[in-house]
Amino acid sequence: MSTVTLTIDGRRVTVPEGTSLLHAAEEIGVEVPHYCYHPALSAPAQCRLCLVDVEGAPKPMPSCVTQAQDGQVVRTDEGLAREMRKGVLEFYLINHPLDCPICDQSGECKLQDYVHSEGRAHGRGVEPKRVFGRDDFGGDVLFYGDRCVMCTRCVRFMEEMAQDPVLTVVERGDRAVIDTFFEQGLKDSPWSGNIVDICPVGALVSKDFLHKARAWDLDHTPSVCPNCSQGCNIDIHTRDNVVHRLKPRENPEVNGHWMCDYGRGQYEWMNRSDRLEEPFVRGEGGWSAPGWDGALASLRERLEGCRGPVHAVASAHASNEDLGALRELAERLGGGDIVYRSPRAPDEVPMPGFPVLTRRRDLAPNTRGAELLGLRRVGSDDATGGLDEAAAATGALIVLGDELADQPEDFGSRAELFVYLGAHPAQAARSAHFVLPVTTFAEQEGTFTNVQTRVQRFEPALRAAGDAQPAWQVLGSLTASLAGEPVPASAAEAFGRLAAGVPEFEGLGYDRLGVHGAPANRPAAVAGER
Amino acid sequence: MAYPYVHEREVRVISRNFGDPAARTLDGYRERDGYRGLERALEIGPAAVIDEVKASGLRGRGGAGFPTGLKWSFMPKAAVKPHYLLCNADESEPGTFKDRELIRWDPHQLIEGCLIAAYAMGSRHAYIYLRGEFFEASQVIARAVEEAYEGGFAGEDILGSGTHIDVTVHVGAGAYICGEETGLMNSLEGRRGEPRVKPPFPAAVGVYSMPTTINNVETLAAVPHIVRYGGEWYRQWGTDKSPGTKLFCVSGHVEKPGNYELPLGFPMMELIEDVCGGVAEGRALKSVIPGGSSVPLMDVEDCRECTLCYEGVEAAGSMLGCASVIVMDDRTNIVREVRRMVQFYAHESCGQCTPCREGTSWMTQVLRRIEAGRGAESDLDTLLDMSAQMTGTTICVLSDSAAAPVVSSIEKFRDEYLALIHGGATAEVA
Repeated sequence: MSTVTLTIDGRRVTVPEGTSLLHAAEEIGVEVPHYCYHPALSAPAQCRLCLVDVEGAPKPMPSCVTQAQDGQVVRTDEGLAREMRKGVLEFYLINHPLDCPICDQSGECKLQDYVHSEGRAHGRGVEPKRVFGRDDFGGDVLFYGDRCVMCTRCVRFMEEMAQDPVLTVVERGDRAVIDTFFEQGLKDSPWSGNIVDICPVGALVSKDFLHKARAWDLDHTPSVCPNCSQGCNIDIHTRDNVVHRLKPRENPEVNGHWMCDYGRGQYEWMNRSDRLEEPFVRGEGGWSAPGWDGALASLRERLEGCRGPVHAVASAHASNEDLGALRELAERLGGGDIVYRSPRAPDEVPMPGFPVLTRRRDLAPNTRGAELLGLRRVGSDDATGGLDEAAAATGALIVLGDELADQPEDFGSRAELFVYLGAHPAQAARSAHFVLPVTTFAEQEGTFTNVQTRVQRFEPALRAAGDAQPAWQVLGSLTASLAGEPVPASAAEAFGRLAAGVPEFEGLGYDRLGVHGAPANRPAAVAGER
Repeated sequence: MAYPYVHEREVRVISRNFGDPAARTLDGYRERDGYRGLERALEIGPAAVIDEVKASGLRGRGGAGFPTGLKWSFMPKAAVKPHYLLCNADESEPGTFKDRELIRWDPHQLIEGCLIAAYAMGSRHAYIYLRGEFFEASQVIARAVEEAYEGGFAGEDILGSGTHIDVTVHVGAGAYICGEETGLMNSLEGRRGEPRVKPPFPAAVGVYSMPTTINNVETLAAVPHIVRYGGEWYRQWGTDKSPGTKLFCVSGHVEKPGNYELPLGFPMMELIEDVCGGVAEGRALKSVIPGGSSVPLMDVEDCRECTLCYEGVEAAGSMLGCASVIVMDDRTNIVREVRRMVQFYAHESCGQCTPCREGTSWMTQVLRRIEAGRGAESDLDTLLDMSAQMTGTTICVLSDSAAAPVVSSIEKFRDEYLALIHGGATAEVA
């Protein structure tokens, strides 16, 4: 590939031919302010904020669409470029309501950022401002017309990515405003939440998140969306140990800059307060709560006497580490059948402009991981039924993560030993001998294997409920004590142990997985679908 | 004589049939030697036609004055993709009313010009994009196109030459910005009339993403004559840098406003005093806008020695533009006039680019406040600052156009602003 070398702000940079000045500047760590430009969308060059001064050019050039040329001398940080930006920013504020104190975008607003860093200290506008008011765009999207900077990212997203052009610009001049076609607006769009993400200001906001939290109070934890097997990279935004929203985190291999509304909307369960908070043991005299040491000691005793095929019911919402620890324990106890149930949608929903991203049929994040570990899927597409064998088990029965909502209260009552590991109390766990509280994925570190057989890490966004522990830790310590081996000290170690036993994971480790994951050792074909 | 006013010093080439309804029909046009230019074009071939137009030195009459022959030569020679000719008949610059008259009185002259231009550039399709408000003109040109097809001048096998050129009339919906060439292309394609980022230029990627040339009505109207009589013939009028004749749309405070076809280089004061019968009611001249509302204002001093050609008006500090001469007498409130013009641009801004969308409307508000006697001297600095931020910073030149009269009026008529600022709205400004 041929390259060009140019000078930006006095520093030389070499980039491939055809690179825009904006990207060339990025190469040397210079961010040229911009609104209308978005790396995944077409560039209309209309916000005029990214104008830079190119030596020899008759006027300032929009850096988003101007290609870098050999020998070019570009200034982004002083003189004409800075003056132009200052001017454009003043124009933006002429009709902007400056209602930052009641605006959800405040704190993560590009208008706020740019004006603070290089706008005028005092505005000169004294005229009355134009008022558009608020409009319900349908779905989860609310439009505050007065805050809009007319970058048209939202219009272009709906056209180019969702390929469902329900947004447009109506009127012209400073009466121009974004609007929906017809009354239904975004109601039926599966992707509308993304326009809230890419809106650089507070014009498009989420109804669900409206006035819930200030941006600066939120903690962002890198994670993976648990709502289908696509495994979109996300950030979980929390405040005071409560999840407030999910936001996509860029990963070009999986979800680009986007995520679907289905995945984005399902986070309230992470905040459920009906939690198992300490281990319970059922003995002659009924239930007792002896604490982890007591519970695990008596469970270990029971397991030592327990030989023969184990029946286990797991969940595709559990991490690779959790499932691996369950498998290891089952093997230790003489092997047996591990099954899981998971919900499946009737269809897939691909994003037309970026079909790598698809809301998958499998609505659990780790079905691929469960498959790789030899788990068997049972039950129907609504994640019910299929547990007749387990229910009739007479030996050891271990349930991990499945709430057994469709099962009768006497589920597992014939089992010699019934261990239930879950985050929430379950009616069907009444016959259990041990009820052990485990953390949800949002409270622990771990990995999921997505539909592309890509292994991706997630980090804990919430504190564990009560004494709940990650399942890999509970199960791992049982196996370790049965085998007289050291207990795994971290999720990374649990994964390492797993990788040693599963060829697909061989050679992978947390360091290599990094923030964007890595493909497992097999063709990344989309398997297990349809 | 008839057509509102004519003057003996006029050189009527493209306006020769103004006021003559019989020339509107195909027969009438033929009787007046119509379509002879097309016949000659078909004889000499496309390359020779372009050479003839180059030799004439004809410059685009839409306002920018770009040499027409040179523009035509930018079109790719190999016909790998379809080529298009667009005729810009979206005449909407305040003060301009020449294209409407060219279409109303002499539609076949325009069609002939379109056919010759399309033929020269290997285009099989010419579109005439008409301003939405031109109802009568649209009827006249539509009828004339029909006649041209019936007479074998347009469509398949033109005059037995095997050349195929279709002509389509498209009526816009009434937006100034659709007269900007790429805005026009978007509008023709059925999109919002928003100018496109250049590059790519229309000769490479134009309407329907194909190589396109776009010419003003008046430019194309001159082409049949140039091809028929030759480029040298056309150069007998005008100056070296501005050859030929040009329609001057004179409006405002003159005794005889109207369209006058004069050789380029005609002295401005003679146009006002002699051709147009002087400033109305014998009043004194205050200011002239020589090229439509988007060019800088001139004061009396500027007008005195000004000759009406591209280089002459530029030397006087303004631009010839589309030669729409707006004459203002000594009673004119300049601030009010400028506000009215800027208000027009605020209304017509497409709204894409921030400096234009916000700036034109902000300028209007500030000017309105000054007009109402509530301005401050610092407002003038703000206006000049804004003007600088609106010049050369946007996709098209609409915001530059809005800024030009503001800057020139503050420069030349600052006293009038100050009178309103210090004396209130009732101050005597004239």
